[in-house]
Amino acid sequence: MNRVCGRSRAVAWLAATLLTGCAAGSAGTPGAPRVLSQAELRKAPPPTAKKASTADVAFFQGMIPHHAQAVKMAGWAASHGARNDVRILCERIVVGQRDEIALMQYWLRSHGETVPSDTAMRHRMKMNGMEMDMLMPGMLSDEQMVALDQARGSDFDRLFLIGMIGHHQGAVNMVNELLASHDPANDDLVYKMASDVYADQTTEIERMTKMLQTVPGAR
Amino acid sequence: MKHTRLLSLPVAVAVIYSAACAMNSSTSSTSTRSSVGAGELSMSMTPPSPDPRVGLRPGVMAKYPKDTTKRITITPAAEASWNMRLIANRPPAEPFVGVTHSDLGFKDHYVIQGNYDGYQVWDVANPRSPKLYDEYVCRGSQSDVSVYKNLIFVSGEATSGRLDCGTQGVADSVSQARLRGIRIFDATNLKNPKYIANVQTCRGSHTHTVVEDPNDKENIYVYISGSSGVRPESELPGCVDLSPDVDPRGEQFRIEVIQIPLAHPELSHVISKPGILQALGVAPRSNARSAQDSLERAAQQAARGGGAGGRGGAGGGRGGPPRAPSGPVQCHDITVYPAVGLAGGACGGYGLLLDISDVKNPKRLFAAADSNMQFWHSATFSNDGKKILFSDEWGGGSAPRCRSTDKYEWGSDALFTIEDGKEVFKSYYKMPAAQTRFENCVAHNGSLVPIPGRDVMIQAWYQGGVSLMDWTDISHPKEIAFFDRGPMDTVSAGANGGSWSIYWYNGFMYSSEIGRGLDVFELLPSAFITQHELDAAKTVHFDYLNVQGQQKMVWPTTFVLARAYVDQLQRSKGLASARLASLASEIDAAESAKGSARKTALTVLSAKLDGEAAASSDAAKVRMLSSTIKELAGMQ
Repeated sequence: MNRVCGRSRAVAWLAATLLTGCAAGSAGTPGAPRVLSQAELRKAPPPTAKKASTADVAFFQGMIPHHAQAVKMAGWAASHGARNDVRILCERIVVGQRDEIALMQYWLRSHGETVPSDTAMRHRMKMNGMEMDMLMPGMLSDEQMVALDQARGSDFDRLFLIGMIGHHQGAVNMVNELLASHDPANDDLVYKMASDVYADQTTEIERMTKMLQTVPGAR
Repeated sequence: MKHTRLLSLPVAVAVIYSAACAMNSSTSSTSTRSSVGAGELSMSMTPPSPDPRVGLRPGVMAKYPKDTTKRITITPAAEASWNMRLIANRPPAEPFVGVTHSDLGFKDHYVIQGNYDGYQVWDVANPRSPKLYDEYVCRGSQSDVSVYKNLIFVSGEATSGRLDCGTQGVADSVSQARLRGIRIFDATNLKNPKYIANVQTCRGSHTHTVVEDPNDKENIYVYISGSSGVRPESELPGCVDLSPDVDPRGEQFRIEVIQIPLAHPELSHVISKPGILQALGVAPRSNARSAQDSLERAAQQAARGGGAGGRGGAGGGRGGPPRAPSGPVQCHDITVYPAVGLAGGACGGYGLLLDISDVKNPKRLFAAADSNMQFWHSATFSNDGKKILFSDEWGGGSAPRCRSTDKYEWGSDALFTIEDGKEVFKSYYKMPAAQTRFENCVAHNGSLVPIPGRDVMIQAWYQGGVSLMDWTDISHPKEIAFFDRGPMDTVSAGANGGSWSIYWYNGFMYSSEIGRGLDVFELLPSAFITQHELDAAKTVHFDYLNVQGQQKMVWPTTFVLARAYVDQLQRSKGLASARLASLASEIDAAESAKGSARKTALTVLSAKLDGEAAASSDAAKVRMLSSTIKELAGMQ
């Protein structure tokens, strides 16, 4: 069921929509549902319980470890001899994604859902009754993380940029998957976070792709 | 501009600031209240120190008894202000309590305030006492609003927007009940607007911009910007998340232009999709692609090795084909300035300068990039169209980016001059007071304040408050007034309050407070803005205002305008102080005179000023004064 409806309210909505679905005045879209009157819109009783959608919860629970790995990777820039523009990008990723982790944790907590730690690097989920630790899309494997941690200078720049471009693309994919799920992002904060991740990370992919052109050995 | 000494002008000048003095306000009160307590009066050219915005007492929030999914303030945060005053606050109407307020549009003496669940109309005939005039429930974020004649346009981007206006969201990922695009209302009767049309677009409308075409009086145009992904073709035919060079219908690298026939707005439709982002520094496909491929292979190996089930690497999502990373595929916001034929497009990692002489087909002139700018958010032109300011909404407005640990250059404004169709970087500006981690804070929406002869802008910084900034000297922007509240609370991790936008409209500044409703501010005369300058600002009148459609400010020829310029010459020391004193009395004398005597006095004065201009260190201002006086003479 959707985010804010109690069952009886939902039935009332459905009935109202079905009864009036073919009325005129459908705001210009033929066959579109009638625009509800202001009286009808106000009659809806306020919801009493905040039931988060499964897709929204899963999105945040998966995105927290995804972000946590990005924070860890980006945190290496200064100690691993990253060049200046890569270092600036990394600093921004650390600050940006840490803040987003805090916001996602707040939202999960306030909905009474399991809150992953801000250093967790696997998404723990139940599949067929078994708990499994998963890497979210675009995340680096343990071996790739070791390789990145051992790299210095332009080797680090190259591995970092290649890894983070894919990591970001994975986040963008997670947003797309959320929007393709049932009951997706009807919550304002979830939608905002999803669209911010989409916008920010798409922008950074473009920026990193350009940086990569000038890293020795990346061409 | 130099601010070097106190002005000795015949006005009562007060520099007032107050801190922690909001004990008298309550969330349910609709009474006019002042933010200013027993502050100290001063004429200081330096900002108050320590900054009273730092360490403001936070508010306390609790569950809203009428709807426990929402939280409301039970103890308001403390407030601080300098050179401006909060003259009214109106908490939201019942349906909008606890739901994000967004952008503002203005018409006559009404303010239309967007909200993720609809919009409210405030009657501000008396700005000190706004009255709720109408409320319209119709969910869809961001609900950015614009007005044009009898029409209201409202942006819908989120997946939860419904054609029937319901607030319950849309459960299906693909649904014919969903509205993403523009809603159009006939507000001939603002008390009872009619939802007459909508135009669905592929990525919805995060923001939009109303554009008048001087050569086409029968239609009005709306540029659609969206920062979200492209929806599937199964929901809206023709939506293809591909580059146009792969599929001619491809939605990437374009904006959408909607044509609204004024006689038949119900026939509004997308008329063009100009590719203003095409071929914009797109990284070479092959290299990007191979980097991506190697990553995908690695991710697939990792997925096999680590038991991960997620899809790795690049994919279009939602079943689309994979795509290579490339330049920005969309814009966040576009500000048009038809008077100079330009628009500023804030698009991903770029700040574009656009030629809009062909309204349906804007063309890119230049694209500025800047390593300190993460996400170009919106643009504001100087009144003469020779400068442009872009804001960077790093983190999307949900994050606290004004902590003492956050860089000045990040989440700030970048200021450019426009030279030969190019943007030339000059400086950054950021609201300077450190905020807490509980306050979402980053550069957001603002407008010019019509102080004649200067570039002054009021701007919203979410929970960082509002900041008035002088960017006349574009290399040294300077804060000259502010208002701020403490955190909404210390639980919610921010993002539930603060000023979304603040705009000057006909003498007052209206702020859309995300959680607290509508705020109205007035500027106070100060060492930085004299009473004459304020009075001259109030002579600029608009019948309506959408800030993304910038209108040229024109100051009617008045004696107060002349006096404002005299004050500015005093501030810049453009003339000797003895001469300024005699000037003031000569202007007074001319105004007291009648008929031909007045005309003669003004004509003589103007001629005298023309002679003095060359020797002045502020010759341009002397000439502006002279020409105003000449125009005054011509009016006699």
